[in-house]
Amino acid sequence: MSGKVIYLDNNATTRVAEEVIAEMLPYLTTYYGNASSMHNFGGVLRHKIDQARQSAAQLLHCEPDEIIFTSGGTESDNTAIRGALALDQTKRHIITSRVEHPAVRSTCRELQREGYRLTELGVDRLGRLNLDELDRSISDDTALVSIMYANNESGVVFPMEQIAQICQSYGVHLHTDAVQAAGKLPINLAETPIDMLSLSGHKLHAPKGVGALFIRRGTAVAPFMVGGHQEFGKRAGTENVPSIIGLGKACELTREHLQEENGLVRALRDKLEEGLLRDCLDAHVNGDREIRLPNTTNISFDYVEGEAILLLLDRLGICASSGSACTSGSLEPSHVLRAMGVPFTSVHGSIRFSLSRYNTAEEIDTVIREMPGIIRRLRDISMFKPEQDATTTAPAERKPQLWASDKMGG
Amino acid sequence: MWEYSDSVKDHFFNPRNVGVIEEPDGIGEVGSLACGDALKLMFKVDNQEKITEVKFQTFGCGSAIAAASALTEMIKGKTVAEAEKITNKDIADYLGGLPEQKMHCSVMGREALEAAIDHYRIGSTSSRIQEGKVICSCFGVTEEEIRRVIGENNLKTVEQVTNYCKAGGGCGGCHPDIEELLEERTVETTEPSLPKASLSPALRKPLTNIQKIQLVQKTLNEQVRPALQADGGDLELIDVDGNRVIIAFRGMCAQCQVSDFTMAEVVQAKLRIFVSEDIIVEEQKT
Repeated sequence: MSGKVIYLDNNATTRVAEEVIAEMLPYLTTYYGNASSMHNFGGVLRHKIDQARQSAAQLLHCEPDEIIFTSGGTESDNTAIRGALALDQTKRHIITSRVEHPAVRSTCRELQREGYRLTELGVDRLGRLNLDELDRSISDDTALVSIMYANNESGVVFPMEQIAQICQSYGVHLHTDAVQAAGKLPINLAETPIDMLSLSGHKLHAPKGVGALFIRRGTAVAPFMVGGHQEFGKRAGTENVPSIIGLGKACELTREHLQEENGLVRALRDKLEEGLLRDCLDAHVNGDREIRLPNTTNISFDYVEGEAILLLLDRLGICASSGSACTSGSLEPSHVLRAMGVPFTSVHGSIRFSLSRYNTAEEIDTVIREMPGIIRRLRDISMFKPEQDATTTAPAERKPQLWASDKMGG
Repeated sequence: MWEYSDSVKDHFFNPRNVGVIEEPDGIGEVGSLACGDALKLMFKVDNQEKITEVKFQTFGCGSAIAAASALTEMIKGKTVAEAEKITNKDIADYLGGLPEQKMHCSVMGREALEAAIDHYRIGSTSSRIQEGKVICSCFGVTEEEIRRVIGENNLKTVEQVTNYCKAGGGCGGCHPDIEELLEERTVETTEPSLPKASLSPALRKPLTNIQKIQLVQKTLNEQVRPALQADGGDLELIDVDGNRVIIAFRGMCAQCQVSDFTMAEVVQAKLRIFVSEDIIVEEQKT
């Protein structure tokens, strides 16, 4: 691997912005105080935390006291879901989607084992939700709806304004995991009646281990961490001062770069996507290309396997990720692509490229130049060819054959 | 990223003997697109039954390609009888080891080799591994094949079996069957085994109706539903009437064509282990 890395895995994590590091450094060295201390050495940090809270609130268009800092997206999701349910035990039904991040998915399934009724809304072939299904699923017993703002794998953005309207009309609490959306899409909590929203620092160029949870005023949420008065009594534990300051700075930068994210980054993504679809045969995009995060493309290269693609990319210093079974650590490919009914011919060869404002046109050119050779090389090793009917080689399936009807229809 | 040995990397980045032999003496093909990997192995022999030429094609991950490449190097120059003795462990060893979760790549290599040898000997590609009852229908793995990987690799847990031959890596419905095969092996290999009185439901105190319903629910929640949910399905306990347990499948399971004879059986097997041996599971059709 040559020295230079082409990092196209920004939905996994991002590079910490230099401005963020500069902002944080003094608080790792000189100003190491505890913000809760009586003395001024620690006490001054309170002001910095408030500033960070202000920045996060500005990014989301909410009030600073509606933001609590956490250790990241997963803690925010756990706190929101469990915390909201804990205070109203009368309702026992949760609605979520089949394509959630494990932080939400596993929490909801855990609650199901504890006795809650769980509805997981499906998605269509393009990864889109059916809002009528959401409407139909809500009952008097529904305690919480938790649906992600945008999907981490496909990049598909869910219609959060409409989802929020539906939930509001039934008086049902709505939580959204906005870990992928924050910083890539404008989020306006002043106008969208979302009750709780999770955000992660390291997805928007802040360090790992810090995140935020928006809790709308008037929404009761039981603390997930107890043992201190910090964060308005909603999240105990000595504040992670440097990282909170870093997150605040990252939110500020993100607000400044939002236009760029939707202009320059989107243009690079489109260039990459068009180049790959043009130069690699039997490649196609997974998910709705119209309503998608500006930085994400998920492309399936038929008849080759994703891990093999990643290994060859890695040798060139190109970082991406795959929905293939072999990269998941289990034998099952991505639950998101499976929920979308992506056929097996494609699911194992799916590659997600996720960009950031740090990517350059030259990097994208390199990937477009290298990728066809990688795919050709693996297809030369593979015995499967496009003309072959894949279904004839598939073993008897215990699973529902999601793709069969679609395939018939062309 | 997986921790691959240098040898695995070498065979992946520079695979040996890729391609097709036009008129092979032996040819074997295992795996499928649906499973995520597949291997086609071809060889030619001379009049001493020595393998003179060997080629492969693979659809699969890095270690699947490496295992296939290694296998071709291992059998080239050997007689068919010598090649036949190669086990999956030999392939893994040749590569300086494989990550545990990737051992199935070595098993796939051995399976393809056997299929090719069978084809050479009897002119049929239906390999011995396809004989017998299919235990894991997600990945199409038979009882014989599972027994074999357990024996050859001294496997102890369902997870290991999944790592070595994928069986049980899908819906999870066959886990009780795999456990049975593992136990069968334990009984054969260990000293007189202890009677598992504590586990046998027959020896427990009779359950009250409430206890029975609770135990049925607990078993379904812990043993059955997680596997179904992993596949977008679910089931609901509708009623318990004496020994009859009535369930309904939800989500993807409700649309699954084979659910009536496989899933009900799986659920019944589980409940017989954990609740009572005379449980009968019935499905409520909507």
